[in-house]
Formats: sequence, structure tokens, C-alpha cells
Amino acid sequence: MMGAGQVYNRNSFLDNLAKNLGRDRRRQVEKPAWNHNPQWDVLKDASPDELVEVLKQQCLRIHTDVHETVSAELPSLIPHLIKEYGGKSVVTWDDPRFDEYGLSGLTGELSGDEIAVHVWDCEVVEENLAFSATADVGITFSDATLAESGTVVLFSDKGKGRAVSLLPVIYFAIIPKSTIVPRMTQVAKQVHDKVEKGEPVPSCVNFISGPSNSADIEMNLIVGVHGPVQAVYIIVDDK
Amino acid sequence: MAMKIGDKPFKERVSDGIGNSFMRGAVSSAQGRLRSGRLNAAEELGNWEEWRKLGEEIRAHTIENLDYYLELLSENVTKRGGHVFFAETAEEANEYITNVVKKKNGKKVVKSKSMVTEEINLNEALEKAGCEVIESDLGEWILQVDDHDPPSHIVAPALHKNKEQIRDVFRDKLGYDKTEKPEELALFAREKLREEFLQADIGVTGCNFAIAESGTVSLVTNEGNARMVTTIPKTQITVMGMERIVPTWEEMEVLVSMLTRAAVGQKLTSYITALTGPKQEGEVDGPEDFHLVIVDNGRSKILGTAFQSILHCIRCAACINVCPVYRHVGGHSYGSIYPGPVGAVLTPLLGGYEDYKELPYASTLCAACTEACPVKIPLHEHLLRHRQEIVEKEGKAPIFENLSMKAFSMGTASPSMYNIGSKLAPKALGAFAKDDKISDGPGPLKNWTEIREFPAPKKDRFRDLYKKRKKERGK
Repeated sequence: MMGAGQVYNRNSFLDNLAKNLGRDRRRQVEKPAWNHNPQWDVLKDASPDELVEVLKQQCLRIHTDVHETVSAELPSLIPHLIKEYGGKSVVTWDDPRFDEYGLSGLTGELSGDEIAVHVWDCEVVEENLAFSATADVGITFSDATLAESGTVVLFSDKGKGRAVSLLPVIYFAIIPKSTIVPRMTQVAKQVHDKVEKGEPVPSCVNFISGPSNSADIEMNLIVGVHGPVQAVYIIVDDK
Repeated sequence: MAMKIGDKPFKERVSDGIGNSFMRGAVSSAQGRLRSGRLNAAEELGNWEEWRKLGEEIRAHTIENLDYYLELLSENVTKRGGHVFFAETAEEANEYITNVVKKKNGKKVVKSKSMVTEEINLNEALEKAGCEVIESDLGEWILQVDDHDPPSHIVAPALHKNKEQIRDVFRDKLGYDKTEKPEELALFAREKLREEFLQADIGVTGCNFAIAESGTVSLVTNEGNARMVTTIPKTQITVMGMERIVPTWEEMEVLVSMLTRAAVGQKLTSYITALTGPKQEGEVDGPEDFHLVIVDNGRSKILGTAFQSILHCIRCAACINVCPVYRHVGGHSYGSIYPGPVGAVLTPLLGGYEDYKELPYASTLCAACTEACPVKIPLHEHLLRHRQEIVEKEGKAPIFENLSMKAFSMGTASPSMYNIGSKLAPKALGAFAKDDKISDGPGPLKNWTEIREFPAPKKDRFRDLYKKRKKERGK
């Protein structure tokens, strides 16, 4: 457990705010129940299959390829896709779901094709970044998936490095169907409930919707800037 | 660069803008695209007005209780091992940040887009301390490479440049030898900046919404540069304007959903990154050290005044994208890094009327800004309020308005003066008229007639016609 951080100049700063607001400092505030809550209405009655459909439609708009498969096929589909997208080096999370879905043998399976695979390893700090920086493909599971916006949500953890979904040229997200929810509202509520229960929030929660892009040059959409140039979602029926 | 950009007087800046036909074309097409993006996104939701009401409720409650939520935020950041510095002024913020960098012996600082660091002029402070500072947002990097050309739009900072100009900047400054195709320009930026990210010791970010309940900062981006800045360097420094905060993850979610729609018409941008403290034990990437700098720099003076709701702003630029004045004069005319309607309200509050008294007049009060604002800030009412304050309290109305108001009040003070004045007008202006149009008017008319014609006053006045008709009827 790391030590607590320092805080500087807080009292004078906040006293001044309270003074300008014309009152004393507030030490306890009840957040009101909002009068309007349209966010909960979005896709509220959609079935799991309908959510998959919404997700696929949105992916067309965010330049993201989608593949659907069943869990029995996943171990053969992933190596196939790596080759199809021209990957020569691959970095993956160290996540128990790789094992669960029969993907722990990737390294051996791809070695015949001279494709190098690196599994995130918290014992060797620098190697992870160095490998990821030149890798063609990064693969993670999705921890939660938002149908409306075509978003995979990643919670960072020891084996779940941030760089895997960021540095490689192509990003593969494996999406178990059960992780799909209507929109960001459901995931924000989930994290909020964690906080209420006193559980720690992951140090980095990434909401990723397709490849990186920019419209900074004459407002033309450019797909692929600093993050991945290509994003590929693989939706899989649950085990 | 600080909030103020350039030393030219307002009128000169405006005529530069109006004379720059590329810029005007680029601005109007960008406005069109961004505005229709927002409208489509709103229509797709179906109940945008409900969302706006929720957005307004959230922002009003948060700002009304800002001291409480900032305290909660700082408590939660420190619980996770991060440090929090409250900076009343730009100087205090820069001093703290520079000291952190010095302590870390930092040489290379990479930044993701942040308006508040522009406002406090952080880059200059860091450069003075001997650091190399690299902007990593594509638009901002282009401006930085071009000898710190100022931004002209808060979402698309290099909007005023075309791709040929960008190609030339890259060629002259960095030896770029490819074409002006945006993809090639972006690939060049990717390669150049990738090296910088991998070598940087310090990452500096802004903050879209801090989340009080968990001590989290969230960043809304498309390019992935903010993720680079918070994944690779060992030290992360996040700078936030003090109002950029929400109570919980649930409000962050709502406001992010509104920000991305209102700004660019996207359901979400490619990356929403929510960061809580430094990396945890056993994690490999992410910063070892995290500092949050909360900046006042004049904002607290707005609290408790009639202008308080301008602090509700979520920096989406929707108001800029609908403003007919911005469309013609462009971002640089405002003389501030905050242009458009929001800038015309905010800049004089932060920077004072002395330098920015013209800005509230750079508006037609058409209220398109107010209608576009996702959190329902009454922008045009604030502009009107500024004008009142400038005239009543400060006696600082722009000189042209003073003169014309004086002439008008003289001319309308008594029926006889009005009678004489309106009779004289056709004669006085007759010399300038051609085919009943004036295209090179004198005095106050000059500004108008420089770019369009003014109808010459008719010889037959309404009051004469009325009298004549009355006489004829009476017969």
C-alpha cells in the first residue's frame, strides 16, 4: 500500500470560494435526485441479440471490423485473424480469460509462422513497453461493452497493461456477449457502486471506441493517429 | 502563450480575419460540419432537451457546491497516493509544476491538449526552466512547429490552416518530403511523436471532468495522445480549471455523452480515459507519481455574480460552431485563446474589460449560442449583461458607440432637432450616394460601406408623407 499524497493551499483556496459564494464552507452536501434521467431510457428494452445488432451497426460508423464466433471456434479464429491482418508480432494481456477460452496456446500455435507472441508480464517492466511499441497486434478481452457507442471498456490491473490496446498498429478486442450493455450509463453506475462500497477503482479505466483518429487537418477524418490504426472486435458467445 | 493572443487592437484583428478568405472558407465549412454533427446526434437521441435540462441541473449543483466537491476530490486523490496543489494564480501553478519537473530532473515534457495550460502559459515557464515541451495533439503540434501560431478554435486549434500550409510547415521545419495528403501528414506526425512519447520523462494533461467521489480525472480524446502521455512517462501532472469537476461517475458519464455529441456529433470519442492516482502496486505502465493542479486564476471572482453560470461551460464549442460573427471574423479576432460566444463572455471576466471590452459587442445577440449550449448557459444574456456593465459601471463603451449614441441623443432630444437632422441627412449624404446607394460612406458609415452598400436616405421622409396624406384625406 502506498502512502497518502500531499495537499497544498487547500484551505485558503476553498475559503475564498465559499466567501464568494456568500456562505460558509460546506462540509456535507447531499447530491439531489436529478429531475431528468434520459440516459436510462436509451436501449432500455433491447434484448442481448438486439444489443449485438446495435453494436455491429455502430462499428460500421467508427471504422471497426467485427467478427462473430462461438467459443469453440475462437482458438482457431484468433490465429487466423492475426495472419489475415498481417500481424508478425503480437502482445496480449495476462488475463485468466485467455485460458478459459482456450487461447493460452497462442505462442506455440503461431511460432510455426514465425509470429512472436508476448504475454504481459509484470516481472519484466521495460520489456513489455519495448515489445508493445513495435508490435503489430495487441489483444485484450473487453471488461464491459457499450452497444450504443461501439465501445470496449478496459479496467487496468497487474496483467492488464494499458499499452496493449494503445501502442500496436492493430488492436483486437475479444468481446464476450455477456459483457454487452446498452451504454456508458450502466458501466458508470457499476463503478459508482464500487466506490460507494469502498472498493478501489482501477487506476485506469479506458473506454475505447474503434481506432484512433483525428480531424485536425481541414476537418478531414484521418483514421489512425497515435493509437492503433485499425480496430477489430471479435464477439464470442459465452463459455 | 497566455490567454491573450497578439497585441494588435481589436479592429485590426477583425480586419485581418475578414481579409483572410481561406480562413473564412475553412471556418464556415467546419461550422457547417460540426453543427450538423451535433444536430444529427441530438436528433438520434430524440430527447435532447431532457439531456440539456439534466446537464444544466448537474452543472448548477456542482458549481454551487464547488468548495465541497473540490475538497472531496483532493481527499480522494491523496488517498490513492496522488498530490494536489491548489493554485490561486497562474504563477503559483507554474511554479509548483516547474518544481515538480526539476525535482524529477525532467528534460522532456509531452503534453496532451489543454486550454488551461495555454491560459497560464505553462509551456513558457517550463521552457525557461530548461525543458523541452512537446504538444502532442495533432492540431496543437502543427501550431507549435509553426513557431507557436495561436489556436483559433478550442476543439480544432489549427482550423485556420489548410493542408498545403501544413505540408510547408513540416517541410521547412522538419524536413518533411511527402505530399499534402492528410493521411501522409498524420503518419509523419505519428512517427515523429512516437519517438517523443517513448523518451519523455513527464506527461502533462488537462482534464475534462474530475470525479470527486473517487479522485479520478477523465480525458476525452480521439487521437490517443492523452493515453500516451499518461501511459509512458514516469510522472503525470494534470492541470484543471477549478470548475472542471462532477460529483460522481454517473454525472461524468452524462456530461461526457453530451460533450462528445455537442462538440463533434460523436456518441463517444475514440478514447475516454478515466485515471485514478498513480499506477497501483504490481502494475507495469502508467505514472509512478501523480500530481493534480487545480487552478483558479480569476475564476473565483465569477462565483456569486450574475455571470456564475459561465462556469458551467463544458468546453464543447457548440456555441462557436453556430456563431455568425465567429463565422466571419474567425478565432484570432477575439484576441484570446477562448474565442466565440463563450470566449466573449469568459475572456473579459478573466482578463478584465480594459483589454477585452470589445468582445461582448462581437455578437448580434441572435441567441444561436444559447440555443446550442448543451448545459443551457444563457450566453447571449451574459453578453448583454457585459454591455450593460461596460456602459453603466465602467463608462467604457467602445468609442464608436459613444459617438453615435451622442449624435443620436442630440438628434432625438427635441422634435425640432430631429426634424432638422432628418431633413439634412439626404443632403449631407447625397454627395456620397450613387444610384441611391452609398458605397464609400463617411465617418461612422465607413465600417459598413467598406464591405457592403448602404441605402442613401430618401428625400421623402415618412413624417412628410404622413402629413401630406393626412391633408389629402382631410379634404
